[in-house]
Amino acid sequence: MKRHVLVLIFAVIVGFSGTQAAAYDYKVDDPYAATIVGTPDVLEWKVPEKIDYELLGLKVFPDRPTPDVFWYQREFLYTLSYQKQEAPLIFVIAGTGSSFYSSSMIFLQKAFWGAGFHVICLSSPTQMNFITMASATCVPGNIVEDSQDLYRVMNLAWQQVKNRIKVSEFYLTGYSLGGSQSAFVSKLDEEKRVFNFKKVCMINPAVSLYTSAKILDDMLLEIMPNGYSPEVFDRWFDERIAKFGEIYRMMKHPQLDHDFLYDAYRVLHKKGQTPRKENMAGMIGTVFRLASSTMIFTADVMANYGLIVPKNRVLGSADSLTDYFKVANRISFIDYFNDFLYPYSQSRNPGLTKEALIEGTSLRSIEPYLRNTPKIILMDNEDDLILTPEDLSFLKDVFGARAKIYPRGGHCGNMTFKDNVAHLINFFKN
Amino acid sequence: MKRALCLMLLTAFIFLAGCGTAPVRKEPEIPAKYPVSKYVKPDVTYAIDAYDPWEPMNRRIYIFNAIFDNFVFLPVVQAYEFVLPVLVQKGITNFFNNLTEVTNLTNSLLQFKFVKAVNTFGRVAINTTVGLGGLIDVATINDGITREDEDFGQTLGFYGLGPGPYLVLPILGPSDLRDTTGLVVDSVVYSMMVGELIDLTGLGSPEDDILNYSLTAIYAIDKRSNEPFRYYKTGSAFEYDLIRKLFLIKRQFQIEN
Repeated sequence: MKRHVLVLIFAVIVGFSGTQAAAYDYKVDDPYAATIVGTPDVLEWKVPEKIDYELLGLKVFPDRPTPDVFWYQREFLYTLSYQKQEAPLIFVIAGTGSSFYSSSMIFLQKAFWGAGFHVICLSSPTQMNFITMASATCVPGNIVEDSQDLYRVMNLAWQQVKNRIKVSEFYLTGYSLGGSQSAFVSKLDEEKRVFNFKKVCMINPAVSLYTSAKILDDMLLEIMPNGYSPEVFDRWFDERIAKFGEIYRMMKHPQLDHDFLYDAYRVLHKKGQTPRKENMAGMIGTVFRLASSTMIFTADVMANYGLIVPKNRVLGSADSLTDYFKVANRISFIDYFNDFLYPYSQSRNPGLTKEALIEGTSLRSIEPYLRNTPKIILMDNEDDLILTPEDLSFLKDVFGARAKIYPRGGHCGNMTFKDNVAHLINFFKN
Repeated sequence: MKRALCLMLLTAFIFLAGCGTAPVRKEPEIPAKYPVSKYVKPDVTYAIDAYDPWEPMNRRIYIFNAIFDNFVFLPVVQAYEFVLPVLVQKGITNFFNNLTEVTNLTNSLLQFKFVKAVNTFGRVAINTTVGLGGLIDVATINDGITREDEDFGQTLGFYGLGPGPYLVLPILGPSDLRDTTGLVVDSVVYSMMVGELIDLTGLGSPEDDILNYSLTAIYAIDKRSNEPFRYYKTGSAFEYDLIRKLFLIKRQFQIEN
């Protein structure tokens, strides 16, 4: 009762109407925990348990040979879930290093399909299958080029499915890095006019890829204050494993995948043991590093650049990659940017400065477009970990009333929360 | 069935032999900017390290498994899932879960985990009778007695035996020397019990190959159907290393419980 009175007083003071003042029910107020834990099942938007989807493949560069070490990459893969009747088609772009198999992507696929849309889910241009099969340069990180790659596969995918589905109009969304890419893809579409996107929603985008990557890189330094050290990491990792061991019994179906760490953590959180901030930062940093190490290794092999693997070395399908993994794990995204992406871009584009490349991979480079394009909206959180305060002010300023900023949620932690999904679907529906 | 198995193994070995050819190098190698020699210290333990002396063989079997899974195992599983109603699939899963409780029972007893043994015994009693021969998992649904997870590999671990070398088994996937030994022992106990049951219930003769092989085949398909793992879907270029580590951690957790 007391709380109701408080809410009422608050509503009067702020001048909101009763419904608007209704509390935001996503309760995880620590942005690190929110990022890791996500949304409790009971508070998630209800999606169909199982849906029909097709796994489809594209030969984007049919003449490009695949190195033996990536023998299992044969085609660029994506998924399609479609309605029998005419409906809008939504393209969804995954976050850094993620594929359409990631739990967030499967969630969005189900939510959109359940709401009556056709859905095509695309892996991130930083993901291995995308780099090997669909990236023109095979060196991801230049968001303008990555968006051109995305546009190419969207176009090819559309050609592949257009005779089978009835599409009224095209929409676009993506989260995290995929959110930033949505903006660039939308801008590209203004010239190419293949889709004429009617609505675009950016979910928790990075404003500057460089800044956000640096924030995530630095999370590992919370557990290794003197710089990356395999010994310190190993000790920290062993401690975490011991901790997980205690809670393993409580996990019903532990899966051996990238989400394993998060799943284990979720159980700890449910037990009410509040984890220390540096350990949570370390976990987020570890997951990001796992994704970036694969990206770096894949780009290195594909471009034969000689960053980790000696230039001109041919790796066989069964060769041990453990040592390369160890090296890739100590290379930060910023190292990759400085020692690979930048010199590589410069070699193809003489005169390109590092500052220009950093600026070009930021939403600030397309600010006028974002400011003047009402079809693009933004969903974000006050405490999004990958944004600096300046980034957040930039987004609020540019998007104004088109921005929905939630008080909590960390980075994408509230993405599956019922209110968030309702807002997202409502935007595309009306 | 036996012949098919031989053929499959033969194909596997031909494939594995084929993998062994050294790649042809065209241009001279230039050292990497972050060379392994400088950044990997041989005397340091890395979080990803594991005792894997048979790595070259294991990596090849891993590849074989991925191909077998993709072209044989999963298509069969998909056909199975397509043909049978979900309820029937669930019944089959429960049926085999009930039969394989023998592994949980024997190994709980061998580790003096009497609560687990009593739970398992209770489950078998309830599910075999009220649960119509194990088709319905009444014990979980009505009584909240969930299935235990013990095997002879864990028993050996309980008595202090380390995992030994990591081992990727054809078709079955990640294992280690200790757990492979455990698997063999559990399988022998299981087959003996199933043989007795077949004899006892008069469903056929324990020497009936067709019956035995069908049971094994359905068991394998059911198991694969309930296992969401798919090869090369982690999206990591270092999947072999990650799976190896996660497998060993998982076994460690299981032994500790």
